Amino acid sequence: MRLGERIWHALDSRLNLQPLVQFAKEKSVPRHRHDWMYYFGGLTLFFFGVQVITGILLLLYYRPTAEAAFESVQFIMSRVPFGWLIRSIHSWSANLMIAAAFVHMFTVFFSGAYVKPRELTWWTGAALLLLALGFGFSGYLLPWNELAFFATRVGTDMVSKVPLVGDWLLKVLRGGEDVTGATLTRFFGIHVAILPMLTSLLILLHLALIQRQGMHEPQEKPPLPPRPFFPNFVLRELMVWLVGLAALAALAAFFPWELGKKADPFAPAPAGIKPEWYFLFMFETLKLLPAKIFGLDGEVVGLAAFTAGGLFWFLAPLWDRKRARGEKSLFALLVGWGVLLYILSFTALSYLGVFQ
Amino acid sequence: MSSHQRISRKSFLNWFLGTSLGATILATLYPIFRYVLPPEVAEAPTNRVLAGKLSELPPNTGKVFRFGAKPGILVRTPSGEVRAFSGICTHLNCTVQYRPDFQHIWCACHNGHYDLQGKNIQGPPPRPLEAYRVDIVGDEIYVTRGA
Ligand code: FES
Repeated sequence: MRLGERIWHALDSRLNLQPLVQFAKEKSVPRHRHDWMYYFGGLTLFFFGVQVITGILLLLYYRPTAEAAFESVQFIMSRVPFGWLIRSIHSWSANLMIAAAFVHMFTVFFSGAYVKPRELTWWTGAALLLLALGFGFSGYLLPWNELAFFATRVGTDMVSKVPLVGDWLLKVLRGGEDVTGATLTRFFGIHVAILPMLTSLLILLHLALIQRQGMHEPQEKPPLPPRPFFPNFVLRELMVWLVGLAALAALAAFFPWELGKKADPFAPAPAGIKPEWYFLFMFETLKLLPAKIFGLDGEVVGLAAFTAGGLFWFLAPLWDRKRARGEKSLFALLVGWGVLLYILSFTALSYLGVFQ
Repeated sequence: MSSHQRISRKSFLNWFLGTSLGATILATLYPIFRYVLPPEVAEAPTNRVLAGKLSELPPNTGKVFRFGAKPGILVRTPSGEVRAFSGICTHLNCTVQYRPDFQHIWCACHNGHYDLQGKNIQGPPPRPLEAYRVDIVGDEIYVTRGA
């Protein structure tokens, strides 16, 4: 017997692995006109893996204090061999991960895959998206540059508008009244310990749910027989990952992520300041709101509206009765397109400088 | 043993275990909860600072200065008057700046405008900037809060 086989037999005789192999052989993925959308969840997972690896590498040199953070990132980028590449990949992959997650979310929404019995998958996915945004927000501060400093001042200040517990939350988040080195250290802990742990757990749950229930299929009977998961689907997914890796490498190498100027808590916010693209639609909306709406502060109304909108989106499995019955829902379609067009148009207009 | 006794013993046990579980959870969470909230740093309240020099502040300019832990803004109006305000935008906490081209105070974060009295005049800021008192002693500009 060859060595590999011997090891396999040794393990199988102890752990009874045969049923797992059988299961993997029988597992399949539906095949239809829109089956391209099944790859985006996996692509998001791929970028998450890249984040874990490059994140751990960055930890070797990064120092989470107000005095040293900026310099340590500078050191990574200028002195450490390939440091610029690792950091650039980490930044780009973060963005691509969120982009892939958005695509994944919208395809799930438009195909109505969130209805019973897959409510929990939708909710764990939504929670994962929030965690991803939390990753983006906390990681943005870590280089301790000017833009990050003010983005964090603005972002954390929004928390203080939460009724009753706002001020308390603000202090917990900032580690004090203001954004200081204490905030940086907290964000670091959140970014490298709390969020990764929660995200890993939720990813496992999300995948377990999909595993347990199988992929959602569109209403009309698929004309084609399902595709075996192994090796056909896995190989195709790997191809998608390769494309993702190529895009990532090209972006990271040709558009290295900039570091900017070191944060100075006693300098004014620089002109042209703006957050990462995935927060742009909210940012521009806040800019458009008047100072007072119905006697309330404009930003409070705006933030309340965003929260309500997000909650409505989150609760789609509960209000979308039609799709749950297997019917088409014009309302859900309108909601989906409304949200998509709003986000796309505001982001695009922001890049075009229309709101300046 | 009557069934009545048994039930009461059972419910006593339930009550006992239930409450001690609750107490254990509370005793675990409370320190964590308090630990997460940073302690108040006893800071001598700064009420008056030397914010800058008159000779370094020509008309139609401004300067952000340190007022304790917070930024303040000094403004020299085009007509030469010196004024001081809190430097923190009332919208979402950015630090404002003086824009010589607008001849008033401006916040870069969401394009908020304040006039030379610190009043919010355009954009999202909901309230005026807090104004401070300015004393000029020779060439030195002192700013006082709460006056
Ligand atoms: S923080 Fe100043 S305008 Fe928003």
